[in-house]
Amino acid sequence: MQLTEIRLAGFGGQGVILSAIILGKAASIHQGAFATMTQSFGPEARGGACSAQLIVSDSPVLYPYVTEPDILVVMSQEAYTRFVPELKDGGILIVEQDLVRVTDLPRETQIYSVPATRLAEELGKRMVLNSVMVGFFTAVTHLLDPDAVRKAVADSVPASFRDLNLKAFEKGFAYGSTAQAVTSDSEDEAIYAKE
Amino acid sequence: MKADPRGVLTGVHFLDGDHACCEGALAAGARFASGYPITPSTEIVERFAARVPTVGGTFIQMEDELAASITLQGAVWGGAKAFTVTSGPGFSLMMEHIGYAAMTETPCVFVDVQRGGPSTGLPTLPAQADMMQARWGSHGDYEIIALCPNSPQECFDLTIKAFNLAEEYRVPVMFMMDEVVGHMTEKVVIPPADQIEVVPRRHTRKPLGEYLPYQTNGDMVPEIAHAGEGYKFHITGLTHDERGYPNMTPPVQDKLVRRLQNKIRNAADRIALYEEENLQDAEVVVVSYGITSRVAQRAIEMARAKKLPVGKLRLITAWPFPETKIRELSAYVKAFVVPELNLGQMVHEVERAAAGKARTFAVPHAGGSVHHPEDILKVIVEACR
Repeated sequence: MQLTEIRLAGFGGQGVILSAIILGKAASIHQGAFATMTQSFGPEARGGACSAQLIVSDSPVLYPYVTEPDILVVMSQEAYTRFVPELKDGGILIVEQDLVRVTDLPRETQIYSVPATRLAEELGKRMVLNSVMVGFFTAVTHLLDPDAVRKAVADSVPASFRDLNLKAFEKGFAYGSTAQAVTSDSEDEAIYAKE
Repeated sequence: MKADPRGVLTGVHFLDGDHACCEGALAAGARFASGYPITPSTEIVERFAARVPTVGGTFIQMEDELAASITLQGAVWGGAKAFTVTSGPGFSLMMEHIGYAAMTETPCVFVDVQRGGPSTGLPTLPAQADMMQARWGSHGDYEIIALCPNSPQECFDLTIKAFNLAEEYRVPVMFMMDEVVGHMTEKVVIPPADQIEVVPRRHTRKPLGEYLPYQTNGDMVPEIAHAGEGYKFHITGLTHDERGYPNMTPPVQDKLVRRLQNKIRNAADRIALYEEENLQDAEVVVVSYGITSRVAQRAIEMARAKKLPVGKLRLITAWPFPETKIRELSAYVKAFVVPELNLGQMVHEVERAAAGKARTFAVPHAGGSVHHPEDILKVIVEACR
């Protein structure tokens, strides 16, 4: 895989960092590629914005930060507003559709929407929304081998929640497998949340 | 000697540099840490505090960094391998006890995960501005060893190396991480314990009555005995004789301080670790360390794509400064380019070792982020002219 820059962002508590760890593990441990993850945080302890940067590549990653993400995953409006301007033209935007209202976008962005929180709630635990998101990400980006990601999910969560998280992954993956991208330049206004 | 398997978390992990450093310490045999929490280093002892009870050992959160930096030395004299971790503001507070460790020849490791300074500075953001402090921060003439990892894998590997060097030379070793390396998560391979070489303490074999704590017998490094074993010894920060007793006369001072210096200086070439690339045909050499070496690598690749004759020298050992290598290179290269996350520290060492035979270009950065590779490239281009 060529060098791909990914940013995942949302609120503290949504499992943003764990999602990045799972994807990074999948790439570097289970798929034999290289991955570097960094996380940004301020001096605050909890709450507020939370973001992880993940770079995956076939060759060792040198520069540690994301400069212009190829893929942006946002799970809060604040994260959307803050990070959408840096998304690469033609990049992929993945949004938690119930939490993010899509407005101005860079050119030719491919947008994928998923109600990750709601899908997690259907499984009985809102907490697994990040595994839903990881499944959805895996299905729509085709960046990582789904089995590598499944393994990474399994070895990244506590044993007692393993099955639930794997179910959440499958739910997100299935949702993503039938999802259609909408591009920001299309006439289709459906991508923009209704007022 | 091989590592004690109880401390070795063999396997393939996805760890940040802080956690990898903790695992390196455990693999090296560290069974004691004392610390006072400070971003961006806290995760190291946080993990140690959780892990060490399963291995058999102790973590103590002290009231401040002064206490943390002396408590670990008590543990060493009690027989443990020990370390403390901190960042700039805490490192400043530890300086007195780093001098004490150098003077008393207490083998131990000080981890400094560097953040932007001076003072409180940038708690969550990187810098490499404690490099001179690591070398010169305590008063008096002394030598230390300092290592600079550039990845979580190296945070594991080189922490073991740091403990080994501490034991071999009976010296405090500074482990100079930076915020990016500390908080960056990557694959870390931890080998089986029987593949990890651990240097044991230079413990004396002498009978009780014959042991003199600072007698060297021609070797530069004395043997150690631990408290409670029946050996009589005295440890003091005062200038001391072979018995360890205060003897504040110029000849004893001269003998002691020269030995403290020379046991490291004379071994500098053996201690020097660096990584080099394309130095044979290089006219310009980029000298870097820590996280900056990875950004520099990208700049070097961009420069070589432009067919510029650029080579790489990555310092893994910062202190003792590998001046032999710089001296050799300066005989045939045109210039050195030295990017670092400070406004000019190790660049002065490069300049000193080059002694006017090759030009030296600094690429300073005040910290808070890393360089843009283009900024380093620009200076490489200028140096090639």
